[in-house]
Amino acid sequence: MMAEKRIDPPTGTETVGHEWDGIEELDTPMPRWWVWTFIACVIFAIGYVAVYPAIPMAEKATTGTLGWSSRGQLSAEMQAEKGRRAPMLTALSRIPIERLPQDSALMQQAVAGGRAAFQVNCVQCHGSGAAGSGGYPNLNDDDWLWGGDLKAIEYTLVHGIRHPGDVATRTSMMPAFDGILSPAEIGQVTGHVLSLTGKAAANPSGAAIFATNCASCHGQNGKGSRAFGAPNLADAIWLYGSSEQEIRRQILAPRHGVMPAWQGRLDPVTIRMLAAYVHSLGGGEDFVEVAEDPAVQVDEQP
Amino acid sequence: METSIAKIGLWFALLILAILAVAGAQDTGFAVHMWIFAAVAFGGMWVTAVRYDPLARVQGIFRMPTDPSRYDDDPIRWGVIATMFWGAAGFLAGLFIALQLAFPALNFEPYLNFGRVRPLHTSAVIFAFGGNALIATSFYVVQRTCRARLAFPALARFVFWGYQLFIVLAASGYLLGVTQSREYAEPEWYVDIWLTIVWLSYAAVFIGTIVRRHEPHIYVANWFYLAFILTVAMLHVVNNLAVPISFLGSRSYSAFAGVQDALTQWWYGHNAVGFFLTAGFLAMMYYFVPKQAERPVYSYRLSIIHFWSLIFLYIWAGPHHLHYTALPDWAQTLGMVFSIMLWMPSWGGMINGLMTLNGAWDKVRTDPIIRMMVMALAFYGMSTFEGPMLSIKSVNSLSHYTDWTIGHVHSGALGWNGMITFACVYYLVPRLWKRERLYSLRMINWHFWLATIGIVFYAASMWVAGITQGLMWREYGADGYLVNSFADTVSALHPMYLMRAFGGFLYLTGFVIMLVNVWKTITGCIRIEAPMSDAAFDPEKDRPITSGRPAAIPAE
Repeated sequence: MMAEKRIDPPTGTETVGHEWDGIEELDTPMPRWWVWTFIACVIFAIGYVAVYPAIPMAEKATTGTLGWSSRGQLSAEMQAEKGRRAPMLTALSRIPIERLPQDSALMQQAVAGGRAAFQVNCVQCHGSGAAGSGGYPNLNDDDWLWGGDLKAIEYTLVHGIRHPGDVATRTSMMPAFDGILSPAEIGQVTGHVLSLTGKAAANPSGAAIFATNCASCHGQNGKGSRAFGAPNLADAIWLYGSSEQEIRRQILAPRHGVMPAWQGRLDPVTIRMLAAYVHSLGGGEDFVEVAEDPAVQVDEQP
Repeated sequence: METSIAKIGLWFALLILAILAVAGAQDTGFAVHMWIFAAVAFGGMWVTAVRYDPLARVQGIFRMPTDPSRYDDDPIRWGVIATMFWGAAGFLAGLFIALQLAFPALNFEPYLNFGRVRPLHTSAVIFAFGGNALIATSFYVVQRTCRARLAFPALARFVFWGYQLFIVLAASGYLLGVTQSREYAEPEWYVDIWLTIVWLSYAAVFIGTIVRRHEPHIYVANWFYLAFILTVAMLHVVNNLAVPISFLGSRSYSAFAGVQDALTQWWYGHNAVGFFLTAGFLAMMYYFVPKQAERPVYSYRLSIIHFWSLIFLYIWAGPHHLHYTALPDWAQTLGMVFSIMLWMPSWGGMINGLMTLNGAWDKVRTDPIIRMMVMALAFYGMSTFEGPMLSIKSVNSLSHYTDWTIGHVHSGALGWNGMITFACVYYLVPRLWKRERLYSLRMINWHFWLATIGIVFYAASMWVAGITQGLMWREYGADGYLVNSFADTVSALHPMYLMRAFGGFLYLTGFVIMLVNVWKTITGCIRIEAPMSDAAFDPEKDRPITSGRPAAIPAE
């Protein structure tokens, strides 16, 4: 009901005179600071609208007095960065990769760039620390299936492993011995493989089977062969597990990992930087054959 | 008798339609939803057929007063119970997904993975907890400030129960994978149509009550409720314009595509915050704070100016959610400047709420409900400063897509919406159930501190997490290359995620104390404890004018 205007004793302010369910309203003026801050925000908004793109017109929006656009800013920043990197990228594309370690400044930049590219393209399988996981090789150690010098790593990156559609891709295929060898023979040869790392006693019959069926790729002593991408079985590093059960499973029905060929997905310089990064992780090997004349690239099958 | 036969016929027709829809359903989600419709229709038919009133029995369980109240308070009592129930569900879902982020093993495929439980949490707290609080308080406030009973009592009951059906359909849909992938508007086309019907009924009840008022003026709380109801209706309809693939399936295509679709979604999403979580809850504040403080509202003039400036400016601020995207630069500029201009209009509500305590500041010390309201207004002020700040493009380039946004949302949601709702429910329960006072005022104190410390853990950990994330994403090494991978940032955030989950746990614990307190009050218990102050309640003053013509509206 309509109440009379009255002075509210605690504040000394007059009420507006309305009342709803006992609630009255004071006729306090708006706080000055509130009004002025509001006005300041509006003035800022008007100024901002004048200098930046803001008002949509029939054809296109006003551009603002600064002439700024988000696309323009992005392309200017990208151009500047491109200009800054150009000398390094040119040098990296010209240098024969086996000479890269000799130019430590360039190598350092290649490793930094490779690290960034690795974190976008490679961590999904190899992990953010490149330590790999079951089926995905650890790139920090010195156990290489296909070679650990710069040139071999670059080749693996360019052509991939078992990548369909790339004729030069790294390929190896271990036959499934399920049916070729009897269960007893599988047990014996598994015992021999375990004995190579001292995890089982010597197994002469297994050794004989190994010599006939496995040594052509993995070598007589089981140390593997990079020519075939055959893993070293005499070390502690296992791609698909080191237990007897896991080794037996791999003999019966081998699994074969696939790595994509990065040629065409990444530019050659980025691939080169990735090779430098992977090489720098700890297990990188020295390149064995270097020509006398630094300008000559050695023609060697990696 | 004839009307109950007609009612049975109507329920039966609905039942048959629902069963036909189940038979022709194109997907499981739709079939399950039609089963829910069929179950509701069968229940309605059965209830009418045996002329048995189960509601009266359930009202007995909840100790609802049976004598006709001066005001129509039945839907409000149900609304309070629904608010408590959905609050518990929503907070629990929130704690669960916070733990999922810290421990991914807690994703149970497919029904309880993060992608499905997350919309369950957001919808449960915003629409189920917040929405029921808004509907209940709006019915309470509009009757008392208009001195009129609800305009259409049957429709008011339909609004309440229809809204619960909407919530059940939405929540079960999320877990079944039925979603149109629009943030805060995930339910599919048929659920949207149902909500539209419910919401228009809500508008009819509310506006009808205002039209029937016996007060010459419309109180400021009702302006805010009206703005909330009308704008949410518009936002809901436009954002959900879609073409169903089949009228017997739960899939649809949006009417918009590309960046227009993104902008429509954020126009909706931002104004859901603006008109649902700000305007609607300011309406609650404008009634319950002066009532609990027993003081006049601070400034009538400020309430007019901040209401109209808030309503006018809020609706344009949505594009700030799409900074540095395909959205044209001009729209980003406008989104930012409207957000900055919005700062003072938002603060107008905080000033009017806090300064209403002029002459009663001692109550912050003695009255735990007032303390909760003051904390709610403080968090409201903080997050309505943080919002405009985050909308500034250079700040946004760091904060966008990080947990800072989540921290910002929760300081508003837990601090402002949660605390003010708790305070209003504490105010309402003894009055609605005609109890002398709450079971325990000291338990409110416990609730207050658990909730406040919980929010501090939540907001502080998310600020640290967000800024860490933003800085790690943009960190360049000396050679000009990015330093961190995405997984590096994820592992860096783990401790903050644990702290966030702990904050959520404290908040939920406080709410459990509230549940006990409210339930004990409903059952009529009173805890023997050292007294604290509370606003006095005189039921005799709670008397509407139920006869005679509405007072003439004087020309001003």
